[in-house]
Amino acid sequence: MSEKKLDLGSWVNDIVQHLLDNYSDGFDSVGAVVNGFSEGIEWVLMLPPAWLLIAIFVGLGLWRIGYKFAIFTAVAFVLIVLTGFWEQTVVTLGLTFSATLISLLLGIPLGIWAARSERVATIIRPILDFMQTMPAFVYLIPAAMLFGLGRVPGIIATVIFAMPPAVRLTNLGIRQVNKEIIEAGQSFGCTPRQLLFKVQLPNAMPSIMAGVNQTIMMALSMVIIASMVGAGGLGNDVLASIQRLDIGLGFESGMAVVLLAIILDRITESFGTPQTANRSSLFSWVNSKLQRQ
Amino acid sequence: MQSGKIVVENLYKVFGPQPQEAIELLKQGWSKERILAEKGAVIGVSDVSFSVEEGEIFVLMGLSGSGKSTLIRLINRLVEPSDGNVYIDGQNVAKMPKAELIDLRRRDMSMVFQSFALMPSRSVLDNAAFGLEVAGKSKKVREERAMRVLKQVGLDTFAHKMPHELSGGMQQRVGLARALAVDPSMIIMDEAFSALDPLKRREMQDVLLELQKTDRRTIIFVSHDIEEAMRIGTRIGIMEGGKLVQIGTPQELIDNPANDYVRNFFNTVDTNRYLTAGQLMADSVPIYVHNGKAPDAQTVCQELQDMDKHYAFIVDEHNNFQGSISLEKIALLVEGGSSCGLDGDVLKQISPLAEDTPLDQVIERLVDNEGPIPVIDEHGHYSGAISKGRLLTRLQGESHE
Repeated sequence: MSEKKLDLGSWVNDIVQHLLDNYSDGFDSVGAVVNGFSEGIEWVLMLPPAWLLIAIFVGLGLWRIGYKFAIFTAVAFVLIVLTGFWEQTVVTLGLTFSATLISLLLGIPLGIWAARSERVATIIRPILDFMQTMPAFVYLIPAAMLFGLGRVPGIIATVIFAMPPAVRLTNLGIRQVNKEIIEAGQSFGCTPRQLLFKVQLPNAMPSIMAGVNQTIMMALSMVIIASMVGAGGLGNDVLASIQRLDIGLGFESGMAVVLLAIILDRITESFGTPQTANRSSLFSWVNSKLQRQ
Repeated sequence: MQSGKIVVENLYKVFGPQPQEAIELLKQGWSKERILAEKGAVIGVSDVSFSVEEGEIFVLMGLSGSGKSTLIRLINRLVEPSDGNVYIDGQNVAKMPKAELIDLRRRDMSMVFQSFALMPSRSVLDNAAFGLEVAGKSKKVREERAMRVLKQVGLDTFAHKMPHELSGGMQQRVGLARALAVDPSMIIMDEAFSALDPLKRREMQDVLLELQKTDRRTIIFVSHDIEEAMRIGTRIGIMEGGKLVQIGTPQELIDNPANDYVRNFFNTVDTNRYLTAGQLMADSVPIYVHNGKAPDAQTVCQELQDMDKHYAFIVDEHNNFQGSISLEKIALLVEGGSSCGLDGDVLKQISPLAEDTPLDQVIERLVDNEGPIPVIDEHGHYSGAISKGRLLTRLQGESHE
């Protein structure tokens, strides 16, 4: 490395140290909330026996997509159970869900705000770029310093990494709503609030759901990396396989991640596209039978 | 202030910085091009005043960019006016507080859009009920009313379909139903039928005209299709470069176009179709007055032969049409030796045409009738005659100048 003219790094060190020295109570309470939230979600996911949780996912697949995908879901989960990764998978699922929910809770309102204010959009944009492209390992470490090792810094880092698509696609979705549809809302006497909830958000839904899908996928990939700060789940196995050069373990745990990713992706994606009658889902088949009578 | 359902007074819309300054310069006689070049302000609508009567279909026409779409959006204030007033039932919309404006939009005005602007995630029924939902009506009330208007536009069986399952024409019927559901006294229609193919467009115009027969609403209709404007418009306003250059009935605009821009609109139109009996008639048939004493057949026969005319009309002393007789018939009477008067049985009864009878009906009557047909004015008095020859020369010779 050539000699430094400007030592940005030491400033950042100072800032983190300053935060640690002065605001550790604040970080502790945020950490406690995040921890409680994520433990709650994990507890709910652990509550039903494996077969019931699998049945719920298979049911979702059957309803939203079709019987072929339902079969795939069943086979995938059975494979995970048989290879002995079920428990870690549920932990990873819990981490992914908590990080996703927090990301959406923050990201969607932020996206709405950005869509309504040019200034907010301008300010937010570079911040989102930063969050998305700054290598994830870089902020895993300050996160661990500020929140201590464990699931909390993992979730915080995941939120930082996974939130941008939710903000971006909410903002984009709202801005892309056809101008005449907005005018239609206004001309029938919508208040700004009604316009948002009855016109803009419903019409931006496909885009927002694409953002949700992206957020889930990015969260899933990040919670694996977050095992480095002790977040737990499948990431632990992946990490262990790297440390022990255990290719077999790496493949098995990696496979579980991939299968989980495919299932989550297809199911959330299906909520972004409106259901049409010719979809091969059981639901629409039953529906058509009922209507015929 | 003029009277009328909608009164627009000296309305301006300037896009860009310092609209007030731009308006001042316009008043000083600057052209909009100069204002754009030197001040960077775009003049959307410039000093427009007009009024629309209750129950009228007022069509705004103009080339694209002439400001017609902006003008109608100033009326329901989707676009904020820069200056001027818009009165609806005497209330000044341009100066109204936001809350009142929202209330007025919910209660008494609605809009139909060129792209239909239906909500894709709502069923046809929920789309039609949108205005009522926004106004806070209960589910039961709004679905019942939405169903009723869907029936009016012939879509009740499609109530539970989604918009994308419908054809363009049907989607715009939903747009129309949505506008009708709130039962407004005025509707703004922005190129509502322009996106439809010609057959569907005509069909929708019929739907609109039919609806106007049962519930007369005040409609401002933007169009760039002159045929459409003449078909549905009570009056037409022509816009050019943000200004309203002329307002009048279709007939008035054809007869007296204010400038070449207006005249050009009618170039493509077969204006003959809009001719009426009053414009087609002439003094081509000799008149004989039956003032208690019938005209003498012998005299009439001689005079007709001298004038080379084949028919005569008989009117009474109050100028009411009595009947028609052909030279042939008079000649027969004279030959028969009876020196009788022309009245009663010998006259042929023809029901006269009113002056405002359109061309197609005039032609229909001429086809059925041997000789010329009398035309009467609004008081029932004889005012002229139309013969086949006269009609043909009129259609061929002078089209409307």
